[in-house]
Amino acid sequence: MSGTKTFDEKDLAEIEKLTKKYPEKQAAVLPVLWYAQDKFGHVDPSVQKLVAETMDLPEAHVYGVVTFYTQFYEKPMGKHVLDVCTCLSCQVCGGYDILNYLEDKLGIMAGETTPDGEFSIQSVECLGACGYAPMLQVTNDKYVNYLTYEKIDKLIDDLKSGKQPGFESNKMPQHENGTE
Amino acid sequence: MPNDWKSYKPLLLPAIKDLHEISVYEKNNGYQALRKILKDRAMWSPQNVINEVKTANIRGRGGAGFNAGLKWSFMPEPDGKPRYLACNGDESEPGTFKDRKIFEFNPHLFIEGAIIAAYAMQIDVIYVYIRGEYRPFVKMLQRAIDQAYEKGYLGKKVLGSDFSVEMYTHMGAGAYICGEESSLMESLEGKRGYPRVKPPFPAQRGLWGRPTTINNIETLANVPLVMDKGADWYLKIGPDTHPGPVLYGISGHLKRPGVYEYPAGMNIMTLINEVAGGIREGKKLKALIPGGSSTPPLRADMLEGVSMDANSLRDAGSMMGTAGMVVLDEDTDMVDLIWRISYFYDHESCGQCTPCRDGTGWLEKTLRKIKNGDGELRDLDLLLAICHRMEGRTICALADAAAWPVRYSIDRFRDEFERKCKKTVYAVA
Repeated sequence: MSGTKTFDEKDLAEIEKLTKKYPEKQAAVLPVLWYAQDKFGHVDPSVQKLVAETMDLPEAHVYGVVTFYTQFYEKPMGKHVLDVCTCLSCQVCGGYDILNYLEDKLGIMAGETTPDGEFSIQSVECLGACGYAPMLQVTNDKYVNYLTYEKIDKLIDDLKSGKQPGFESNKMPQHENGTE
Repeated sequence: MPNDWKSYKPLLLPAIKDLHEISVYEKNNGYQALRKILKDRAMWSPQNVINEVKTANIRGRGGAGFNAGLKWSFMPEPDGKPRYLACNGDESEPGTFKDRKIFEFNPHLFIEGAIIAAYAMQIDVIYVYIRGEYRPFVKMLQRAIDQAYEKGYLGKKVLGSDFSVEMYTHMGAGAYICGEESSLMESLEGKRGYPRVKPPFPAQRGLWGRPTTINNIETLANVPLVMDKGADWYLKIGPDTHPGPVLYGISGHLKRPGVYEYPAGMNIMTLINEVAGGIREGKKLKALIPGGSSTPPLRADMLEGVSMDANSLRDAGSMMGTAGMVVLDEDTDMVDLIWRISYFYDHESCGQCTPCRDGTGWLEKTLRKIKNGDGELRDLDLLLAICHRMEGRTICALADAAAWPVRYSIDRFRDEFERKCKKTVYAVA
């Protein structure tokens, strides 16, 4: 699809910094894969090869790591990846309804990407927002909580117009009477 | 059960504005426990700090409930080579969402606790492993760590003493199993998160073959409280056998779900009905999962007088786990629920041990069949047999975590499972 992928000097300096946190270079595989995914949008086999070469590791090792962790994209994804939680608390609070609504709205099933490459949907396991169910995560970053169909509509409109959701702080109910 | 919960003021997450800022934290007694220790090294030798924490009996908040100070005492004598503390912020057990509150609202309490732990165990490098999905929270913690470096609480010669310690964040990338301590270490070393065979235990051979201790984030956040006010004070909070404050993550069919901080040992019905506002839409309580998806569900009628401490929950037939309570109303389809839990464990099994890799799959498939109305009564026996062949037969506890909800649900909600099953039909030869 595209030419050979490379890390430029700035990237290599960043990777050097990431590697310094550990006594062995191999330990930086996860941080470097994150860095690569931020840069290229995914870590498909060509990116895996680049990471392996940069870190003096066998490609097989990097491939093994990428396939073990769910957040690494093994192929190009939509511009916005919507990870809908359907696990336990989200299940009993309507997570599947939200997932199905989103699938109908975008005309794709979980695991697919819209033809225009804008959106991917995934059904994911517990994201640690159980008290704020149902919820989803946008492209491995911000959480959108207490989902309703209206909130989904607004989110999709926002994303289409280039507006990313902000960080939703969920206060402790005990703090609701004000802080000192 | 503590009667005075209504007047309880949170200690881990007090209601102080901008407490995540180091200047605000310092103004509110922050880093005083660390200062106290480093000021009087004769009084607070590493061994004495360990003893104090051991006396306080901080039971690990990650699920196992093991005395943190006792765990620290397993570290061998220093030999001049590196030793590590790995802080477990993987928080992937479904129903659990508490550590993120510490990262957001009081990260310095945890950082101070981790520094004290490193001092007590004579550790020079701390890694904080946080699940990859918590990216915004990793950024928050990293900012707090940077502040702590600037103020000299981290780095070379902490507060002018001869004690030096480094702290790094390490972001996971989506794997439940990496919350298991040996799997966490594998992941930190840049590998697939396969749990290790124990022994050797992490204190003997941990990260890169060196002595390592792994503690939960909330566990470490309790340490400055103990060192500041003393183990005797700490022991007065909550039940004798399970002291201290606990972050209860309460979710499900409730009017006011969320994370609440109260002493350990809170009465479960008080937490559901008074703290979290009761079941929403006037529905009745059906069941409770007390401490994350792996802890056996309890029927509403089993909750009378039961409190959130390890011993009380054990007597009731479940476990404290992470205190991530999932509250279920009368409309909950238990078969559907347990199927989804099985689906989770099937998805998250690392695949290393056959009983787990295959067992979780068969639990999921069999439950799916029952859920879809195609199951037969004998499938319930099959499920129990699969559980039996998984429990205690694997390297880590994921297989047990997957089997228990199924085993205990079939036992405790048998009618519901049977109603979805057809009578067993034997083919005529």
